[in-house]
Amino acid sequence: MESIRSAPGQTADEAAPAAVRFENVKYSYEEDEGSFAVNGVSLTIGQGEFVAVLGRNGSGKSTLAKLINALLRPTEGRVTVLGQDTADPKLAFEIRKNAGMVFQNPDNQTVASVVEDDVAFGPENIGVPREEIGERITAALQAVGMSDFRFATPSRLSGGQKQRIAIAGVLAIRPRIMILDESTAMLDPKGRREVMDVIQKLNKEQGMTVILITHFMEEALEADRAIVMHRGEVVMDGTPEEIFARAEELETYNLTLPRAAYICKCLQEAGMPVGNAFCAEALAEEICRSLQKG
Amino acid sequence: MLNDVTFGQYYPTKSFVHNMDPRAKLLLLIAYIVAIFIANNFFGLILVTFSLLLFILLARVPFGRVLRSIKMILFLIIFTAILNLLFYAGGEGDIVLAEWWIITISWQSIINTIFLAMRLLLLVLGTAILTLTTTPVALTDGIESLLKPLKYIKVPVHELALVMSIALRFIPTLMEETNRIVSAQKARGANFETGGIFRRAKAMIPVLIPLLVSAFRRAEDLGDAMDARCYSGAKGRTKYKKLTFTWRDLLGVLFFAAFIAGIVLLNTYFGSRFDIIWQFREWFGI
Amino acid sequence: MQIVAKGLTYVYNPKSPFATQALKGVDLTIEEGEFFGIIGHTGSGKSTFVQHLNALVRLTGGQLRVGEYDLSEKKCKLLELRSKVGMVFQYPEYQLFAETVYKDVAFGLKNFRKGISEEEMQAAVREALAVVGLSYDEVAERSPFELSGGQRRRVAIAGVIVTKPEVLILDEPAAGLDPLGKKELMDLLHSIHGQWCKTIVIVSHDMDEIAENCTRAAVFSEGKVALCGTPQEIFAQGERLAAMGLDVPVTAKCAQILQRHGFSVRTDFTCTDFVQKVLALYRGEGGGAEDAQ
Repeated sequence: MESIRSAPGQTADEAAPAAVRFENVKYSYEEDEGSFAVNGVSLTIGQGEFVAVLGRNGSGKSTLAKLINALLRPTEGRVTVLGQDTADPKLAFEIRKNAGMVFQNPDNQTVASVVEDDVAFGPENIGVPREEIGERITAALQAVGMSDFRFATPSRLSGGQKQRIAIAGVLAIRPRIMILDESTAMLDPKGRREVMDVIQKLNKEQGMTVILITHFMEEALEADRAIVMHRGEVVMDGTPEEIFARAEELETYNLTLPRAAYICKCLQEAGMPVGNAFCAEALAEEICRSLQKG
Repeated sequence: MLNDVTFGQYYPTKSFVHNMDPRAKLLLLIAYIVAIFIANNFFGLILVTFSLLLFILLARVPFGRVLRSIKMILFLIIFTAILNLLFYAGGEGDIVLAEWWIITISWQSIINTIFLAMRLLLLVLGTAILTLTTTPVALTDGIESLLKPLKYIKVPVHELALVMSIALRFIPTLMEETNRIVSAQKARGANFETGGIFRRAKAMIPVLIPLLVSAFRRAEDLGDAMDARCYSGAKGRTKYKKLTFTWRDLLGVLFFAAFIAGIVLLNTYFGSRFDIIWQFREWFGI
Repeated sequence: MQIVAKGLTYVYNPKSPFATQALKGVDLTIEEGEFFGIIGHTGSGKSTFVQHLNALVRLTGGQLRVGEYDLSEKKCKLLELRSKVGMVFQYPEYQLFAETVYKDVAFGLKNFRKGISEEEMQAAVREALAVVGLSYDEVAERSPFELSGGQRRRVAIAGVIVTKPEVLILDEPAAGLDPLGKKELMDLLHSIHGQWCKTIVIVSHDMDEIAENCTRAAVFSEGKVALCGTPQEIFAQGERLAAMGLDVPVTAKCAQILQRHGFSVRTDFTCTDFVQKVLALYRGEGGGAEDAQ
């Protein structure tokens, strides 16, 4: 099924390939075969999924992201994006059109000094006709809630706003997959919330496949699925609830629970009968239930 | 310390000059610079000054804002002027006012210094009008369009224009970063304010190195971000903004054609800049 | 050193179209020995305020006294002040510049203590590296750019604390670190606090971090101190914080909901204390439930 390549513009409903598929992928930054940043990953991400990728610094998360949109090509194994093999240099352009990527530092992604010119950069690159670029800019800015800033200077915006412009710049290419490589790491809580709201909307309303690489355990809770990377391998894969229920295992990978989940675990260990809870609201409810019984 | 750098910063407003085609403005700037350099006497420079004032008025940019663009290179102007004042070798008919070792101050060196300083000031102010009224994108589009003929001799015009636009885009980011690093090193006791020129230059090392490292890091990030957004050179690329030459531009160009002609006339009519010495002597009987 | 600010005002780019009043009359006292938190949005004035404390931003309006230094005096001894009030900026690893870790850490010492002997310097660098959890013998002669991100940040902190400042200010010290890295960094700050640096001031967006670590905190909003007190006092005012667009720690959010259900948990909002108080309620020791009825 993966071999079927959907031609541009053709909706390949009858043969919907996985959004992203890793088949025993290894990647090494160094020529000598000693260390692999990604070390034997097999993974399938379906279209429309919202996947969070967790792991310590240096666990291979960012390498994984760059392998998806052909910024890196696997040393071993195969990565396909909507059925297209990233190892084929001729397909890199198509793959990047399908899989957009937003990076960590909001300051290092803008090429232009005016917001609309920056958003136009992607469509210009893929040869969209002039009249259509304008429409795409309007739509992309609207999707990220930045329509009022079309003529603003990116350097005068807040971190969260800059990152939303970066997302708009990717959206204007009309990708089907959006990869966010620690795109919330440098933002304040407000900016983080803004970005999370935007990607939630893209996933829920437009069915965009979202791959969110993050340090913030709380953000993983908003995803449908969470993947934990450790030393280049995928060591855990499941719903965020399943992952956070396995606290001991997480700890061996040097990850912590979301704070609410941690409190919940402390209460459980002290013998209080509370069900698993991962956010403040659920935790409060569990405590209430337990207190009212007791 | 670097907060008031305004050079190269677009001043957003609506005006005649803002609406001009960047290509026309670039041509005007070139004509203006040519005019400054062919003007050989003060009458010519005064005419240039008037044209500059006219454009500032038309551009509707506050006068103070334009003047601030000199601030950064005022030192350079003064430095050049002083060198010129002290070391200018006078020509025929010069009157020496003071002489010491290799230093001579004469009527000609004074006049030459004033002339040079005026030229530099006019040059910077004219360029500032261009950058204050033109967004970097429009500017680079204009340059790219004007340099298009060079494509036929394999000059990568598009890439050069893009590099320039990105450089302009990163000026505020790097300024901010410089401020932060300067503050951080000051907090560790670094002293940038006192000492001779060599000590100060040496004191900048703890600022320049982190800045360089960070610029490389940013460049790498930006490269990835551009790749991810399907950048692959000029081939197959479309342009969102189209440059259009309008009546404004024609008017501007015609204006400057007349202007240069005027300066050439003034040159031939009033002679060299030093003739003013004789004029003065005649007037004041020195 | 006690820090006392009265009516502090500051305007960026005065007399320009971009003029912004960053501080509009800040009154704040930070006592010696505190682990003080500063909270607020980007643009609330908190960064401008902390940069006043070691005169990186010069006082233009109001009064500020840091220990024996009166910053409103023209002839305030800047260098001396800066050696006593250390400042770690956001992402401090990006300010490293020297070819070896040793030289980078020693930079401040050389600047502040002119004519310091090589032996003294070596001893001080060794000690500072040890405090931040790095081994002198392993890293001193290496280039800072070869180290990992977390190690680089530690080197940068060592470069500030090497002069034993009495007050240490850190702007978002844990930004960009992974959860374990954050925890390790906060542990490091607690180990510095007390004997090495008497007072620690952190600027943070992370309310949980403030609740877990600080003795007192101030909330900046629109160039003023909107709230000041212990984390317990501050986070009890969830509505006011929400009105300023700020969050509360998970523990406080939980406590708010419990309150609405008639359970009052009197906690200082640290995780440990919250767990204990809830357990006490559950075992019927706290009597909080009766209180609320």
